[in-house]
Amino acid sequence: MSRPGLAKGLEDDIRSMATPETARPAADPTNEPRDDQTGRFRAPHPRPLSPHLQVWRWHVTMAASILHRMSGIGLYIGAILVTAWLLSLAAGPEAYERFAAFGGSWLGLLLWFAFSAAGFYHLASGLRHLVWDTGRSLDVPSANAWAWGTIVFAAVATVAFWALLFAQGRISL
Amino acid sequence: MSRIDAARVRVPKAAGHGAGTWIKERVEAIALIPLSLWAFWAAAHLAGAGYQAMVEWLRQPLNAVLLALFVLISVDHMRLGLRVVVEDYIHRPGNKAALLLLNLFVCGLIGALALFAILKVALSGPANTLFGA
Repeated sequence: MSRPGLAKGLEDDIRSMATPETARPAADPTNEPRDDQTGRFRAPHPRPLSPHLQVWRWHVTMAASILHRMSGIGLYIGAILVTAWLLSLAAGPEAYERFAAFGGSWLGLLLWFAFSAAGFYHLASGLRHLVWDTGRSLDVPSANAWAWGTIVFAAVATVAFWALLFAQGRISL
Repeated sequence: MSRIDAARVRVPKAAGHGAGTWIKERVEAIALIPLSLWAFWAAAHLAGAGYQAMVEWLRQPLNAVLLALFVLISVDHMRLGLRVVVEDYIHRPGNKAALLLLNLFVCGLIGALALFAILKVALSGPANTLFGA
């Protein structure tokens, strides 16, 4: 015995429990999490993607991580500067004087300053990574403390290093 | 074959040396801690010094050896570091391969030039300065 009225009612109830497609807010095509924004995640089924940079609020560990990469790239340029110094030294007094004149110029001192700052930062931040690699300090308060400590150390060490050079009269503007 | 064994077979694995690069980068990082502290100390000592003072400094065997170590380990650490940066941000296969090659060649060139310059200066002095003889 069929009771189409009841079956129809049940079906409607079930359907109303699930949000109908049309009732969903219109998807923002630029921020649809299942939309493959980069074209790199061609999966057979849509899967959640890790959040992209633009949906993160800034926090200190993120800044420290970005600075670690930036300082690493900066040290790459610094290595070219050091190699130029060594080659000028190997090429003889005239070549060395030309390099020293550049190194003592405003641009040269700015490059050396940035190089030293990148070096102090990458040193401290590398230590932070080595501590993490042992499985320590991975909780949020410790990670934040290490990130701040790294940034503060780099700033203090860089200023102290250059203050020492100027105070001893090794460098002058 | 148990379900776990079957799962192990399906999971793509590195061909036995997956952790090698990672460990190498860390070993270099550990070596670079004392070497970079020494380099800062040396830089503070050498800043503003003239040609003759620099050459005499580099003719000291300890300075030449430490600087060569610092440069060579740094250059390889740079290569590994920038390789990760390229692999993370550059996805077009041609660009990626070109940048990885450029990274390798630039790091190799920096290392070779710096090592040559160190050796040229360090070994160019009077023979009796070698090993303090």
